[in-house]
Amino acid sequence: MTPRTLYRKLVESHTVATLDEQNVLLFCDLHLMNEYTSPQAFAGLDEQGRGVPMPGQNVAVVSHVIPTEPGVIRVIRDAAPALQARNLKKNCDRHGIALFDTNDALQGIEHVVAPEHGMIRPGMVVICGDSHTTTYGALGALGFGIGTSEVEHVLATQTLVYRLAQDMRIHVDGRLPTGTTAKDLVLMIIGRIGAQGARGHVIEFTGSAFEALSVEARFTVCNMAVEAGARGALMAPDARAIDYVLQRAPDIQGDMREAALGHWATLHSDDGAVFDIEHRFDASDVAPHVTWGTSPDQVISIEGRIPLPQEQAAGPLRRSTEQALRYTGLAAGAAIEGTPIQHVFIGSCTNARIEDLRAVAEVVRGRHVAEGVRAMVVPGSGAVKQQAEKEGIAALLQNAGFEWREPGCSMCLAMNGDILEAGVRCASTTNRNFEGRQGRGAVTHLMSPAMAAAAALTGTITDVRRLEALHA
Amino acid sequence: MRERNTLVGRAAALPIENLDTDQIMPKQFLHGIDKSGLDRGLLYDLRYDAQGAPRADFVLNRPERAGTSILIGGANFGCGSSREHAVWGLQQYGIQAVIAPSFGEIFYSNAMNNQLLLVMLPPADIAALMADADRPATAEVRIDLQHLRVRSASVDAAFGMSARHRHMQMEGLDVIGLSLTYAEQIVAFAEGHWQREPWVRDVAARTVARLAQA
Repeated sequence: MTPRTLYRKLVESHTVATLDEQNVLLFCDLHLMNEYTSPQAFAGLDEQGRGVPMPGQNVAVVSHVIPTEPGVIRVIRDAAPALQARNLKKNCDRHGIALFDTNDALQGIEHVVAPEHGMIRPGMVVICGDSHTTTYGALGALGFGIGTSEVEHVLATQTLVYRLAQDMRIHVDGRLPTGTTAKDLVLMIIGRIGAQGARGHVIEFTGSAFEALSVEARFTVCNMAVEAGARGALMAPDARAIDYVLQRAPDIQGDMREAALGHWATLHSDDGAVFDIEHRFDASDVAPHVTWGTSPDQVISIEGRIPLPQEQAAGPLRRSTEQALRYTGLAAGAAIEGTPIQHVFIGSCTNARIEDLRAVAEVVRGRHVAEGVRAMVVPGSGAVKQQAEKEGIAALLQNAGFEWREPGCSMCLAMNGDILEAGVRCASTTNRNFEGRQGRGAVTHLMSPAMAAAAALTGTITDVRRLEALHA
Repeated sequence: MRERNTLVGRAAALPIENLDTDQIMPKQFLHGIDKSGLDRGLLYDLRYDAQGAPRADFVLNRPERAGTSILIGGANFGCGSSREHAVWGLQQYGIQAVIAPSFGEIFYSNAMNNQLLLVMLPPADIAALMADADRPATAEVRIDLQHLRVRSASVDAAFGMSARHRHMQMEGLDVIGLSLTYAEQIVAFAEGHWQREPWVRDVAARTVARLAQA
């Protein structure tokens, strides 16, 4: 048999029918929904008189519009997003779909909530009307984002008309140096291959650098693969990934467990499988990374300098650099370290898991947020929030001057009222630094949770390794 | 206008690489439960200044650009968020086609599902189309789906499109209706799939029921 990539195995095991050379009808094991990309899909079903044949494979979370102000009961004050949440509940009730509603204690970001309760299992196809569905590759599940018309298609058929992607492998050996994290590694990769570097491809991440990462850190890598244009991201599930799932999936027991372990052991690319593109990097020389521009690939090492447009070839690249510099107000050729910031946002489906908050707490312990800086921590879910409170992380951060808020997507895309004013510069653990993403005229610098914590403490973009040296 | 699979329209150049869907349709326009009102949100921060006044220097705001129906964009047009609102907004504004070197993946599917015509051409052709579009006298572009060609004052180029997407554009397929003709196969597939991998059956419903009991 021809050696196959993990990606091909997952597609083939979910193909209901081959439609033509490029398209298959793909069975979807789990479909996640939110309140803002699903309403028109449900409306479309109603218009056509169509039902949801397999509601048990679908789940919804109110995640993007949910307010994060501290408080016992959450009330969505604005009429339009409140209607979106009510409408989601109505649609879920009507079609028998499970919902994490606005005041559910386990509420949070869809991509944090689903895996932490064992809903994501190796070998699954998982889709959602949200581009960061690539996150689930960390558990050996093929996850990818879809639009609203495809949400409607999945609701009606539990399948997707799926255009096949090409295979890319990104192999990274070596250990990340102290003070650097998975976020730095993935930002470096996006910087090297570009925002269009993986367009049309599913990336399989291989090598000792990823094997050494925790599952939560792997989520961060796969989450951001879409920022290189990837249609999906995958890591072959190893013992660590499988332990993560089994701990959260008490229904997988006995014979079923043996069968699952047997199946999951086959989820890897065969020796000799051919990838359309391969990249290799070394983790051992990765430094903390920070974006300087308005695209995630406009990123440099904390030790680096902002590019000079005049040193770039005339054309789209130079135009993008000039436009990004105009927007961010940074000087070409300047160092990024020392840039003053006014806001810090720690949250998002990229970096709001318990491990991220522990990393923040480690940097913050014994220190205080700099004067004039507003620093917000928005846990990824109710479970993360409860855990952080139990471990004393919440109290530590609050005593250090951080705002400790309720879970949700919050200022990652600023749909819920958590929004930055024009001219505010934000150190952010999120995934996108697009123009206006966190607020019109606001500037976003993507970085790791530890680096965002360091920025909060100094009021400037700071190499966290310096702070750690001070600690020692 | 689009007739017999030929779109003839006036084009405007948007020479921006990685023009993401956050910019095409900003967050404040995503609070609807239907598709209405998105023409106003299209490219909002590029079209309007902070006070809400039209920016005179933005190409679509120039009087001679009224009736623009084709955009010539930069590479990776529509990258980022999956929000289909970006496609709906383009169409509500009157855009019927976008020509660019490449498109964001989810945006591409969203556009095809909505009959927004997307055409990929090499960067050299795009540069020439942008130059033509920048002069109102040469801004007319003809896109021929039958023969898969784009013509402007200085460009005559062939483009590719999968047979399926071309069919969708030409016939306006009801994709869901077509997939529902596979309903029996889907159910049979699911039964076999769940026999092999029982741990994925009703995974959402079972998990949420378990959490509710805890």
